[in-house]
Amino acid sequence: MLQYDFMRQAFAAAAIVAVVAGTVGYFLVLRGQSFAGHALAHVGFTGATGAVLVGAAPLWGLILMTLVAGIGMGLMGERLTQRDVAIGLVLAVSLGLGLLFLHFFTSSAVQATTLLFGNVLAVDIGTVWTLLALGAASLAALAVISRPLLFASLQPELAEAKGVSLRLYATLFLAIVAVATAECAQIVGVLLVFALMVGPAAAAQLVTRTVRAGLLLSVVLALAEAWLGIALAFYTDWPSSFWITALSAAAYLCAALPRPIAARLAAAPRSEPV
Amino acid sequence: MDAIAFCDVSLSLGGRAVLAGVNLAIGAREFVGVLGPNGAGKTTLMRAVLGLVPPRPGRICVLGRPARRGNPAIGYMPQTRGAAASAHLNGWDFVASAVNGHRCGLPFPGKAGRADIDRALDLVGARALARRPLAEVSGGERQRLLLAQALIGRPRLLLLDEPLLSLDPHRQREVVTLVEGLRVELGMTVLFSAHEVNPLLGVIDRVLYLGRGQAALGTVDEVITGPVLSRLYGSAIEVVRLKDRIFVMSGGYHLERDAHRHEADPADRQHRGTTEPGHAPV
Repeated sequence: MLQYDFMRQAFAAAAIVAVVAGTVGYFLVLRGQSFAGHALAHVGFTGATGAVLVGAAPLWGLILMTLVAGIGMGLMGERLTQRDVAIGLVLAVSLGLGLLFLHFFTSSAVQATTLLFGNVLAVDIGTVWTLLALGAASLAALAVISRPLLFASLQPELAEAKGVSLRLYATLFLAIVAVATAECAQIVGVLLVFALMVGPAAAAQLVTRTVRAGLLLSVVLALAEAWLGIALAFYTDWPSSFWITALSAAAYLCAALPRPIAARLAAAPRSEPV
Repeated sequence: MDAIAFCDVSLSLGGRAVLAGVNLAIGAREFVGVLGPNGAGKTTLMRAVLGLVPPRPGRICVLGRPARRGNPAIGYMPQTRGAAASAHLNGWDFVASAVNGHRCGLPFPGKAGRADIDRALDLVGARALARRPLAEVSGGERQRLLLAQALIGRPRLLLLDEPLLSLDPHRQREVVTLVEGLRVELGMTVLFSAHEVNPLLGVIDRVLYLGRGQAALGTVDEVITGPVLSRLYGSAIEVVRLKDRIFVMSGGYHLERDAHRHEADPADRQHRGTTEPGHAPV
């Protein structure tokens, strides 16, 4: 399957995005902000359709909107991110606006489906380079802030006392999440960003005990799920996004299941009469 | 040189006055127990020493310099809220997050940082414990890891915010003994807040009792008396001594014990340090 250009480009794009999603997602899950990534992706849909409406590339509209929303959420702090009604409404309005823009554009349903559910097999070589540049920039930024970010995530009060500005790092981090979300949307679409950003990271955190191992496993899982998903899509002709989400869920279940089972096995002998 | 000096300090939190015109001086290597009802400002006082709450008006000096944020000479152990974020990590990585945590870079400590972490873990006897995930350690073990984290960077002043919360009396005594040992060994000044004076008896040099915007600093015998506490609580307080224990009573009602029960309330667990629980026990 690697003799086709579109397959090579798909694998390259998926590799770049998986490394970014696995790394950024690790901190996102650690900070309990999984839902923020989901919300940013929805807001990005408005940006992408808006860009299409004015004749620009959807990716840039997506990035612009996720960045604005990410920085806004960071600056507002916990007042906003903990209000699920506000977030839910923003999600609904974003998708609604995106639909309206598509309506004005009298676009085909294919365009909407691609934005919502992704189509990694349609990624061209120019997009691969764009993804690489954006991915490198967001990983570099994350590398710079990762130590204070981790400190602020694990021990906010102590970090604040040691001179770490919680709001500054929350905002910078959400800006990085915004770019990562836009990247993910190219592979799995805005609705399924959760599968690449949160799934691998959450599974990794269930089975690792250190930051280093957790980050590594998160990236490996994201990469394996993305590549395997594309390969399965090639052989089955089913959508790649379906396979990636299915693999992501399967990996999480594998990581989560052994725990209750192990607990039951450990508890069983004790429940028997002595 | 005083470790901590308050000159005519007033502190307020969300428009509510917590301390009003307080003067006090705490000497180097002193072990001071910080007591008072919920909402009396124990956490706010510590945050003011850390430079997180500015005195208005007044002046706070820490180790001879004005209080400022990010002072590396202060070790701080905040009150812990469940901290789900760190549950899957082992104790070593949790403690490690504090090493140079305010500086940009990758979160993997170098040789000096790793040595500092191991040193802090050895000081609290948690080297083996630190290999286990935080989700699987007990309350007392968790406090030891938090204490190790506070010791990162070799502080000269240690602020411990309610380290005895939700520990049984035996574990409480262990934590107090451990802190006293560290204070002597490392020559630190310690501020240790608690709901009840009993676990601290025989170890602390002085008591800092807060209530209704006022503060009383002195030995246990000077401060934990009917007249002083009646002034701080704003109602008639009786101090009853039974063998080597002290009970603070208001109309036959054991105040400090009740304060503990309040703190166990789940609603209070969300207390982030920026807001003190609002209810007074009387």
